[in-house]
Amino acid sequence: MTDPVISVQYIKKRYGEHLVLDGLSFHVERGSIFALLGENGAGKTTMVRILATLIKADSGSAKIGGYDTDSESVSVKKLISLTGQYAAVDELLTGEENLQMIGQLNHLDHRTVKARTVELLEQFDLSGAAKKRVSTYSGGMRRRLDIAISLFANPEVIFLDEPTTGLDPRSRKNMWELIRKLADRGVTIFLTTQYLEEADQLADKIAVMNNGKIIETGTSEQLKSIIGKEKLELTFQDQASFDEASKVIKGQINESEKLISVETEGSTEILRRLLNTLHENQIEPVAMHFRKPTLDDVFLEITGKSAKGASSND
Amino acid sequence: MTNLRLYWAAMDGWTMTRRSIKHIVREKESLMMAIGLPVAIMIMFVAVFGGAIQTGTDYVNYVVPGVIITCAGFGSSIIAVSVTQDMIGGLFERLRSMPLHPSSLMVGHVIGGFVRNAIATTVVILVALLIGFQPEAGVVEWLGVIGILTLFMLSLNWLFVVFGLLVKNVETANAITFPMLFLPYVSSAFVPTETMPSWLHTFAENQPMTPLIETLRGLLLGTPIGTNLWLSIAWFGGLLIISFIVATILFKKRKAE
Ligand SMILES: Nc1ncnc2c1ncn2[C@@H]1O[C@H](COP(=O)(O)OP(=O)(O)O)[C@@H](O)[C@H]1O
Ligand SMILES: [Mg+2]
Repeated sequence: MTDPVISVQYIKKRYGEHLVLDGLSFHVERGSIFALLGENGAGKTTMVRILATLIKADSGSAKIGGYDTDSESVSVKKLISLTGQYAAVDELLTGEENLQMIGQLNHLDHRTVKARTVELLEQFDLSGAAKKRVSTYSGGMRRRLDIAISLFANPEVIFLDEPTTGLDPRSRKNMWELIRKLADRGVTIFLTTQYLEEADQLADKIAVMNNGKIIETGTSEQLKSIIGKEKLELTFQDQASFDEASKVIKGQINESEKLISVETEGSTEILRRLLNTLHENQIEPVAMHFRKPTLDDVFLEITGKSAKGASSND
Repeated sequence: MTNLRLYWAAMDGWTMTRRSIKHIVREKESLMMAIGLPVAIMIMFVAVFGGAIQTGTDYVNYVVPGVIITCAGFGSSIIAVSVTQDMIGGLFERLRSMPLHPSSLMVGHVIGGFVRNAIATTVVILVALLIGFQPEAGVVEWLGVIGILTLFMLSLNWLFVVFGLLVKNVETANAITFPMLFLPYVSSAFVPTETMPSWLHTFAENQPMTPLIETLRGLLLGTPIGTNLWLSIAWFGGLLIISFIVATILFKKRKAE
């Protein structure tokens, strides 16, 4: 059974000469976590801003809960909440005051505002800092407050634009935990990210974006079957041994760095055979390490081009 | 339905006003500047130039109206920076994604700024009284002073909201407020305009600050007001209406980008 809460069809958006969104179409199931995955500048924020009724698309349609984000924006606003890429918290107010202000702007009565503020501070582990000004908060605390604020009026759909960009690894893990908890409550979550790992960890469905287009959609399993698992990277000392090695082992070849990436599927047997093959041919790599697949691997597999290679710095 | 919408728009404006007032109280440097600078200017003018400038009355009496409006101009100019900050920060976007009239944000800045103006003006008048200011105003005149200053400050506050909406960064917002702060000096605020070179005299006589100052002087000290009251109301009533309309249009335009 499908029950899409967000339906986007052929959305286009142009800024001057730049076609930022080039006909995006996708659906998001009610209660699921959807990740829009793309590099910096791919157009993720632009898509979020259209869905959050902040800007209009040039053409195409976007609906949330059956309401059009352009012509029925007031109904859409009642269903959604937006947590932008940069925390929208008021530095000079305390955490508590921030929450209360948004509660009042949501036209909830005095009692409800108070009770909900206490509840959210508790839930987001901010009770201790409730009466401190936000300017004294850490990055992780700000993000948590930002999300607590956006939950105030119990939205059905939450937009999280790069919720972990700029967070340290520990705060990032905490944020993931929090996002999972939100999803458990039945809220639909639309998040954007630059990290394949993040989309993989959280999302039920991932849409990969590049140059204003969705180039692949699927579950994280489906994406992984395209790009494979962890890779072993072997680097060679000189051109001769690199050329020799690329004849005897199979993998992605990176000429300029004298590097070969091999899929080992996590098997020690494959790893042993690989090293044996090299040894028999008297080639010794100078460095080896395992690397998790990145967004760039996705581009490489799907488009045959590295996203970085395709951009201007090539 | 319309009544309910108006009610909530007013409530949202009040919520944002309370926020602005908290900002004003907590941004101690800005508040100290808004109060301290005019007081310092007043003391300097009275102590340093007081003996040299002939105005036909005690110089402190002559200069207080000018100091009050310099003070208001300075306080209001801070609004441009706050508005710009809200526009480039995420708060504005968040409010716009909520089902409310986001102009409550502007109202918050205008009324909040007015509270700062009121505090600063009160302090200036108190200090003036301490250093020899002797107003002759009765209750009616004082009410007149409050009325005309309220009109002046609200119009100026909306004007600075417009400036805040026009610029894209805080530095420009700061810079754009500068000319406003000079306007009182080329009026009858600190020296009689007859002492100026003729081109400056013409400008000073015809710029809005002069009728405002002459009105205040008339109310506070009993000098003749003439048409100055109506001129002031026309100037600043006009500025208020135009700034309000322009701010609303700019605000919507920012939305559409
Ligand atoms: N208001 C705007 N005016 C002009 N160009 C814009 C505007 N907003 C975004 N862009 C451009 O659109 C592209 C995509 O931006 P964005 O949606 O922010 O990407 P992402 O969030 O994926 O990093 C960028 O090249 C950016 O410069
Ligand atoms: Mg972005």
